[in-house]
Amino acid sequence: MADKITIEVARYSPERDEKPYFQTYKVPVHKEWVVLDALNHIKDTEDGTLTYRWSCRMGICGSCGMMVNGEPKLTCATFLSTYARFGEKIRVEPLRYFPIIRDLVTELGDFLAKLKKAQPWLIRTEEKPLAQGEYLQTPEELDRYKQFSMCINCTLCYAACPVVGLEPIFIGPAALALAQRYNLDSRDEGAAERTAHLAHPEGVWGCTFVGECTRVCPKHVDPAGAIQQYKLAAVLSWLKSFVTPRGQDI
Amino acid sequence: MATQSVSSTKRAPQYTLYHPRWYRPRVSVYWWAGEWHYLKFILRELSSVFVAICVIETLCLIRALNNGPESYANFLQTMRNPLLVILDIIAFFFVVFHAITWFNLAPSAMPVRLGGKRIPDVMVAAPSYLAWIVISALVIWLVLG
Repeated sequence: MADKITIEVARYSPERDEKPYFQTYKVPVHKEWVVLDALNHIKDTEDGTLTYRWSCRMGICGSCGMMVNGEPKLTCATFLSTYARFGEKIRVEPLRYFPIIRDLVTELGDFLAKLKKAQPWLIRTEEKPLAQGEYLQTPEELDRYKQFSMCINCTLCYAACPVVGLEPIFIGPAALALAQRYNLDSRDEGAAERTAHLAHPEGVWGCTFVGECTRVCPKHVDPAGAIQQYKLAAVLSWLKSFVTPRGQDI
Repeated sequence: MATQSVSSTKRAPQYTLYHPRWYRPRVSVYWWAGEWHYLKFILRELSSVFVAICVIETLCLIRALNNGPESYANFLQTMRNPLLVILDIIAFFFVVFHAITWFNLAPSAMPVRLGGKRIPDVMVAAPSYLAWIVISALVIWLVLG
């Protein structure tokens, strides 16, 4: 394995540049170093102006997502050795389909607005009094939605989804998966309310099941599966509305 | 020391309301061409056209059978056209691709739970493949047997 690896980093300064360009650095390769370590090394020793987001460096905070050689990755979980072994260069870019604020930092306002549309919180028609205690749940009930609750909002799935890039109104994989996560929660009563907002072309019906969101998800959430299940539930709900006069909640 | 591989252009700062100008990358028309995962998706979508062609041909076959032996003979003669034979060969591979990708995606859309636990995806897809093999074998037996 090579001692050093070439890393090309996308740079963009809104005050100076018309469009992003690549700047090339050589960084040492250590067995335990990830791409984020390489960026920190560059910032500490070569170029303090390099700008990027990071926090926990352990796959929890979801802030260090970037394109690494064209693939959306958490840079804290992408080892340099994987690329150095084959003598490859590493090209780091901001996450695809997001507006770029500076260097590797993307603008997340649109994503956060979409997330809010999915209402990813427990909705109750009536809260029970505190004195009656917690809303209890069996392990089976937890298991129904647990996978979808592992989302860390890293937005890698947005960078993998061509529909997000082609149809900016599409709410997107993570938000829809989180909506389904709450729909499946036995404590939640907001499925009908969410479906009223999400069973639309900009919601679940915008998804063409490319499936890339699931492939790149670092937490194995399977947003594509969640969206297809949501579609099926929405269709069944629609069919039931013909059979029962007042419709059925999904 | 770092080297700049592409030179940047000096320009006057531009600001939109509350923030500096963002750079908004455009999505290429050929976004699907560079990566196998995206190309596979486009081919999967395109396979629907060939499925439709197969359905139309089958409907024409049924109509010809219904109209009597002469009509059926004419249908067979038409289908011997080399262009249609090539189209059918291409359609065959696309229909197989369509069926495989469809069966593989089904468990994702329809997770099956037994005893409170989700059963493995392969267990959901396997009956589809089994039914496909059995029906294909039955059709082959009816045609060639």
